[in-house]
Formats: sequence, C-alpha cells, structure tokens
Amino acid sequence: MNASHHPGDDLLVSYASGSLDEPSSILIATHLSLCPVCRGVVALAEGVGGELIEQIDLSDIGTSDLDACLARLDEPEEFVGAAVETIDEAVDDAISIPRPLKDYLPGEVKSLPWRWLGPGVQYTAIHTEAKAPKVGLLRIAPGTKVPMHGHTGNEMTLVLAGGYIDATGNFQRGDVESADDGLVHQPVADAGEECICLVVTEGELQPTGIIAKVLQPFFRF
Amino acid sequence: MFGVEERFDVPRSPAVLMKWAPSRRWERHAVISNKPGVSATSVTVLMTEYLVSIAKYRDKDAFSKLFAHYAPRLKSYLMRQGANLASAEELSQEAMLSVWRKADRFDPTKASAGTWIFTVARNLRIDALRKERRPNFDPEDPAFVPEPEMSPDRALEVGEVQAKIKAAIAKLPLEQAEVIKLSFYQDKPHGEIAEELNLPLGTVKSRLRLAMRRVRTSLGEDK
Repeated sequence: MNASHHPGDDLLVSYASGSLDEPSSILIATHLSLCPVCRGVVALAEGVGGELIEQIDLSDIGTSDLDACLARLDEPEEFVGAAVETIDEAVDDAISIPRPLKDYLPGEVKSLPWRWLGPGVQYTAIHTEAKAPKVGLLRIAPGTKVPMHGHTGNEMTLVLAGGYIDATGNFQRGDVESADDGLVHQPVADAGEECICLVVTEGELQPTGIIAKVLQPFFRF
Repeated sequence: MFGVEERFDVPRSPAVLMKWAPSRRWERHAVISNKPGVSATSVTVLMTEYLVSIAKYRDKDAFSKLFAHYAPRLKSYLMRQGANLASAEELSQEAMLSVWRKADRFDPTKASAGTWIFTVARNLRIDALRKERRPNFDPEDPAFVPEPEMSPDRALEVGEVQAKIKAAIAKLPLEQAEVIKLSFYQDKPHGEIAEELNLPLGTVKSRLRLAMRRVRTSLGEDK
C-alpha cells in the first residue's frame, strides 16, 4: 500500500540539497523507502541541484588543478570501511522497519527501552549527532486516545505500523503528518493494532485538556 | 547538431570505439561545444557521454574534459557551502576522484551527468563539513516499496527531463528562484534563509513549494 499523506516539497528540497538536519532526514529517508512518489520529487529536486551546478558563475573561481587529480587516478582506493553494522540481520522484527531508521535502532522494536508517557503511550528516544530537533518512536496501544495537545514548534510524524486518525485525516503506514505550531489535535490509534510512529519534534507538546496537563511532565521527550 | 538519437551511438559499438581513438571524437565535440551558440543541452549530453565512457573504458581523456567542466563548478559550490579556498580545492578534487571511481554506478537512464555529480559532491560535502549524518534509502532494503511499472510512452528521456527542469527554473518568479538557489547553494536550514531574507519562515517554505510545483507541472507531474 502506498502512502497518501506526504511531506511538503520544501522538506524534500532540503533533503535533496543536503541541508536538512539529521533527525528530519531519518524521517524523510524512511518515508522515501516507502513512497515512490516522493522519491520522484527528490530526484527532480536533485535535477534542480544539477542544473544549478551547471549555472554557477566561474568568473572569480580560478582554475582547478587537473594534473594533480590525473596523477591520483591510478592510486589504489583508500579503504573506507563499510558503515558499522549494528543490526543483527538474523533478528526478524515483527514490524518491517526501513533501513534508514533501522540503522539507528539498537535492536528489535519491542525490546527498545520504552518509557511510559501516559496511559497506553510509550516513547523511546533515538540518538543522533544533531542537537535539535528530537527524534524518537511513539508506541500507542490499540484504540488509545492520545490526550489533546498543541505544539510549540513543528512536529512530523511518520506511521510505521497500525494507524491513527485525527481531525486532519487518517494516517497509515508510510503516511507523514506535519503539525505546525498552530495545530491542536487528539490522535486516536486504530483499534486492533498497536500504532508505532516515528516522531520528530522541534518544540514541546502543549497539553490542552485536564488529563494532558496532569501528564505534561511526561510529555517532555 | 547533437540530436537525442545520436546520444548513445558510442556505447552501442564499443568494439569500434576501442580501436577508434575516442579522444579525437571527444576533442571534436569539445571544440564544437565551446563555440558560442551551442546550446547547454548539448553540453549536458556530451558530459553524460564522457561519464559513460569513463565507466566503460576508464577513459582519461573523457575524465579531463569532465574535470575541466565540473571541478571549478564544484569548487565554487563548496565555497558557497562554507569551505575556504584551499579546502574547496581539495574537496572538489576528492569529488572528481569519487566520480572517477564510482562512474560505474552512474545510470544515464536515471540522471544527467551534472545531477549525478551534484549528488556525489553533496554527499562528500556532508561527510567532510558537517558532523551530522544524512541517512539515505536503500533499494536493496527488504522494506523498500519499489516503483510501480510505468508505461514506456510516459517515461521521459533523462535529457528531456533536464531540459524541462532548466526551462522551468528560468521561468520561475524571482522570489521563488531566490529561495531555490539559496537552498541549494548554501548549507542553511530554511529558518536561517528566512532570517537572511527578512521573511517569515512560512513564506520561505511556501515559495519553495510553489517553485517545486512549477518544476513538477512542467514535467506533467502532480502529486
């Protein structure tokens, strides 16, 4: 099944240009693994990058040293070690996690160090080199209503398993919801299946209901 | 002069090409391409031919031509990304060396030479100048959702796609062209671009979206 909610083209352009921060890039690359449509947009944006390279004005750049480069063509290639495999290939996760995200997880989804956030809601942080935004996985029990909340900064959610609905739509595997600081919502997880989402948050979640206010301390990822 | 139909006649007859001093052919093309009035599209086609020849025959003449065209561009690109002159010189050379080594991974049915070289330089720049990683998708990943089969008549030639992208960029309203260029030439998040232009972040994002919509529409695509 293909995704029906996509990240904005502004994010795909940032990803293509290479300026997007690491946490957001994890989410975008994971979505791209699941979404041929957005891969097409990124390929187009890279085409824009290629065209802009062609258009660079060379008047003040001087020449490049061809001979130095030619002299190195026959050098043996330095061994660049393959990325350290942290994932045991034999572990057969119940949820199929695309590689860009899987490479960041220390193990199977179920066995991650989940932290209780509220009734039916658990969170585990993912470590990156970036100071901000934060990125982590949310695990929501079937049918759970996440307390009504707003956002102080942008938030992006990518569904990996199960699904949820809120006032803006119905989100299933591969779908991305972008919530800006104006959105107040109350996601409700689909009944029957646990919902696992990748979440990138810039600010703090702001609880609006009484239960959520009580739980506020826990909402600080 | 360089019709699309002529593009792949070189790789199609490799045996002939090997006996046939490819460098002379490249020189002939390069001389023509330096004449005023030769369209940039034929340069793009030519660069793609060089890259294919590097992949197939380790053709150093073709590499020299490719280097002359792209190394100074990459140097300028890297300086805009915050590298000083010395490290831009070094990194652009590294990038061209990567192009030489990885040329067999270039697929001329998927991207133009310029676009592929841009992605090589971008990745190298992120590794060298930034501490953060940039995860990428992997078509070999078991979770990867492949492209649906496309009917062959819908698929555009790479050269055509690149020409349309170029035309779409040329026609962008100034304020959209500005944010697109800043996004690619500078390693800055949209928030910083917004500050630099003294615009709300939302305006920068919507201009980028509008610009991409124009590029996509020019290719007859819509999400």
